[in-house]
Formats: sequence, C-alpha cells, structure tokens
Amino acid sequence: MTSASPLTLNATLPDQGPAQRSAFADLSQETLALTRRLFLQLARRPSTLVAGVLQPLIWLVLFGALFAKAPEGLLPDGMSYGRFLGAGVIVFTAFSAALNAGLPVMFDREFGFLNRLLVAPLRSRSSIVLASVLYITSLSLVQSLAIMVTASLLGYGWPGGAGLLLVLVTLLLLVFAVTALSLGLAFTLPGHIELIAVIFVANLPLLFASTALAPISFMPTWLGWLAALNPLTFAIEPIRAAYAGSFSLQAVVLEAPYGDLTGLACLAILAALAIGLFLLIRPVLDRKLS
Amino acid sequence: MIHLDQISKAYGPVVALDGLSLHVPAGSLYGLLGPNGAGKTTALRILCTLLAPDAGGVRVAGIDALQQPRQVRERLGYVAQEVAIDKILTGREMLRLQGALYHLAAPHLRQRIDDLIQLLGMGGWIDRRCGTYSGGMRRRLDLASGLLHQPSVLVLDEPTVGLDIESRGVIWQVLRQLRDAGTTVLLSSHYLEEIDALADRLAILDGGRVIAEGSPSELKRALGGDRVTLRVREFSDESESARVQQVLQGCPGVRQVVVNRAQGHSLNLVVDGEAVIEQLRRQLSEAKLSVFSLSQSRPSLDDVYLQATGRTLMDAELEVVGNRDPKAERKQAMR
Repeated sequence: MTSASPLTLNATLPDQGPAQRSAFADLSQETLALTRRLFLQLARRPSTLVAGVLQPLIWLVLFGALFAKAPEGLLPDGMSYGRFLGAGVIVFTAFSAALNAGLPVMFDREFGFLNRLLVAPLRSRSSIVLASVLYITSLSLVQSLAIMVTASLLGYGWPGGAGLLLVLVTLLLLVFAVTALSLGLAFTLPGHIELIAVIFVANLPLLFASTALAPISFMPTWLGWLAALNPLTFAIEPIRAAYAGSFSLQAVVLEAPYGDLTGLACLAILAALAIGLFLLIRPVLDRKLS
Repeated sequence: MIHLDQISKAYGPVVALDGLSLHVPAGSLYGLLGPNGAGKTTALRILCTLLAPDAGGVRVAGIDALQQPRQVRERLGYVAQEVAIDKILTGREMLRLQGALYHLAAPHLRQRIDDLIQLLGMGGWIDRRCGTYSGGMRRRLDLASGLLHQPSVLVLDEPTVGLDIESRGVIWQVLRQLRDAGTTVLLSSHYLEEIDALADRLAILDGGRVIAEGSPSELKRALGGDRVTLRVREFSDESESARVQQVLQGCPGVRQVVVNRAQGHSLNLVVDGEAVIEQLRRQLSEAKLSVFSLSQSRPSLDDVYLQATGRTLMDAELEVVGNRDPKAERKQAMR
C-alpha cells in the first residue's frame, strides 16, 4: 500500500467548493460529460449504429426493386418508385433511431446507474434528459444522412440548398417528438423488456400506416385516414416535396381525406406534437428525477 | 456531523425504518451494524438524498438535507451496495464522468484521479474497461468515485461484502486514513468483526430502529459478566437444549441463558465470574447431564446484539435469508 499525502485525503473546506461557478458552466459541464458517455458507448458498441443504417438500407433496396415496375399513374407526376420511397425511408430511419432514445435511460434506471447520477450535486437534473436528446438527435441525423447519401448514389436524387435545410428541420422536429415519447416510456414502464416490446410493436405498423411506401390515393379509405393522421406522414410529405424540387412551404404536400395540407402546416403539426409530448412527459420526469 | 432524527419510512405495508435516530460525531468512523432487512440501506439512501423519508429530519454538516439536498450532495460521498458502473467505460473514464458531475475543474480532476489510483492501488487496471474488473477492483473504483470531490462525509453501504482479503485490507486502511485526516465516515455492515475492528462508535439496528449505541468497548463493558458457551453434546436437539436451559436458569450467578440455534443448539450463558462455572458443572451432573464442551470469553459485539434482541446476529441473518425478495428490493432501488 502506498501512503497518501495528507492533501489527498483532506476534505474540502466548506465554501471552498464550486459555489462561485456559473450555473451555465456547471450545466454544460455535466451535460457534455453525460453525452460523451453515450457516444463512448456507441463507439465501443457500434452495432446499434450499423443496424440503424443497415435496416433502412435494406428497405430501400428491396422495396425499391419490388415496386420498380409499379403501374403508371400510381405515383403523382410520373415519379419513379425509388424516388418516392426515398423520403419514406429517410423518415423511417430517423424515427426508428429516436424511438430507441429511452433504452439507455431505462438501463440506467434498472442497473442503478441513475442513482449514481442522482447522488451527484447536478446543477439541474434536466442535464440527464438533455444529454439523451443531444445524443439521439445527432445519432438519428447521421443515420438519416447516410441513407440520403446512399439514396442519391442509387439515383434517387438529392434535395439541393433550401431543400436540404427543410429536410433537416423536418427530421429534427420528428426526432424531438419521438424522443420525448421514448423518454417518457423509459421512465414509466417497469423494465427494458417492456420498453423493447413497445418499440417493436410500434415500429413497423407506423411505417406501413404512413405514406412511406405508398400514396394515400393507393390505400383503402380506412388506411388512408390512418396514414393521414400518422405523424410520420407529416414528416414524409414535406421531405418528398423537397426532393421533388418544390419546397415552397405554401404548396400543398398532402391531400388528406380531411383536406389539403401545406408543407408549413405539416411542420406546424410536428412542432405542436413535439412540444405537446415534452409538456406531457415533464411531470413524469419531474417526479422520477426529484 | 450527521443527524437523523426520528426517521420513518415504509414501502407499502413493509416498515423499513421505525423512528430511527442517529447522531454521528464529526471526524469519527461510525459503524451501522445489523442483519439484512434491519433498515441500514434505507437509512443510508435517505441520508444520501436518494430517498425521501415519510417523516423525520436529516441534517448533514448543519444543512437540512430535505430542504437543500444539492448542498448536502456536494459534501457527501456515497459508495452504494450494488456497484453500478458502466462496464464499457474504463475506470478512468468513469472517474472523469463522476468528476464532471461534481463540477471539478479539469487539471484538478486529473491530479485527483492520479492520487486516488495510487492510494487504492488501481494502476494496472484504471485504463481497462470496468467490465473486466473483479469485485474488489470494482469496489475500489467505487470508493475512488466517492472520494473524488473530497467530501467531508463518506457513506459506505456494506463496502466489503464478498471481497477478497487484499481489497478488504486496502479499503479498511483507506477508511482509517480518511478518519485520521478528518473525514467523517459512516459505514454499514453485517460483519461484527469489521465494525469491531474499524469503528470508533457504532449503532446496532434492528427492525428499523437503533437498539444500542456507543463505542465497541463501551457497549461490551456495559454488558459485564463472562460469556460461557456450553454443549452437553456436540449437536443437541431443541428439546434437550430447552431442558438444559431450565436446569441452568436456576443456578445462582447465572444472569441469562440463550439457546443458540445457529451453533447446533449450544447454550450461551452470561455468568458472574469464574466461581459460577464450578457450580454449573455440579448442577449438570446432578441432573445426569454430561458436558461435551465448555468455553469462556469476554463479551463480544455479538453478545451486545444478543442482549439487545434476544437472538444472535447470525440467527437474524438466517431468518431473513429465505424471506428476501430480490424483485421488491430492486423496485425499491429503482426510480
């Protein structure tokens, strides 16, 4: 055993502590450290990242091939099916990634790591939530961008300039909304098995009941209604419009059974959903983190 | 330094703490002794602001932990029973994360981590992933995390359970050094020897309340008398022991006779001095009972526990072992 210098063991004197630091400095320090942890986990266990890109890629290639000979007139403006599918798969990528946002939090709850965080004098415990949001937002955007690049290599186009901005804003809004939902579930469900079950059950039906794979005009009425109410659709259609080169926010992008929606309306709905969900889960977070 | 005042806490119908009061003087190494289920972990969780009591007050270093939990967290290091570590991070990365959560500045933190690695003998392991650590190395890492911000109060929940002897030695020595340097250390344990060897003072917990409090020597001296462990056969059954108990209870100079189920129904006696023992032998032969073994000792902490609860710590431990509900325990710990 090495003997320690007395300095090592002396307790800090009261008030010699970090009291004089600003709240912002503390908050960013703890948020960055927690985010860094999530990225370290990802770097050493990249399978989620790889699977998150691979799965939509398979969709893109397989579905693209399956419907390559889709009948004329199925898609508006003589669009090729690959082009049509691209927007759907991009949104699905971001959606699936964001849906997993709650998993690291759930594991931390179950295995007691959260308690370690709660014993620390965090300036604000919202840094725990903030770190998750930062992590999952960048992860899902990176995955979506990987899909966009692949789609463009397959000849399905690329949204130029303002179109790209519109794509990113749309994805961000969707990711925020889904992340809020997933974090809310992570703090209410009893364990990771239940959370994974919910993710599993929610994932594919939401994809099929949206305009990712086929336009509303192709669907039976009841499915058309579901698709027109599905949040994924509100993200898919503005992106599809951006890919088509017409990214005027005033242009109608979705002809829903209940009326026409412009790109701006779709974005407004997504924003309202994101805000609504964050307000909804706030009491849950407050209670669990108090 | 630490004041728990009339703390009560129930998990549904299960009462974990029942008016627990505890006062830990500054700069002492204080032991919390009791069997599993006595409420030790719950008390420490409340002290560390992880859990709110149903009733009662908590003060640490003069600060009300229920009103100003953050100020308490800054001054307190907590080494939990279940070591929650991120297996995929290295020890150094864990400590860096921990340091950031306590808002330590980078150069200071680096120095601090280096010092602690040396102090705890973790040099060969600190840059490996925590998932590869042995139980002892994990516990050392946890201790390092708890000490990173130089807390004036260090709280440890059963820090040496299931550890190898070397790690236990390291932890004991560090706890003593901390106490000598002025840190208040509170540790729980269900190992009598550990508390006896380490603690300046201790409280014995049973059924969610303190049933005895003092320094180990004080408590033992207060009991007085000599301890006698007596067997009429190597392993007696319950009825035979009960019969012997009845015979011995009548002897003058015998203060107490308890049947120790954990030791093959041997009889634990408290007697007033040497002379009584001869008297005992005579009494037994009159009742046509032989003596298989008879040993004598000064009172131990186990006797203190026995005196206070009417059962040995080992017995109490055995009693709860089958009744533990890992699922419920996990739920209590989970947010």
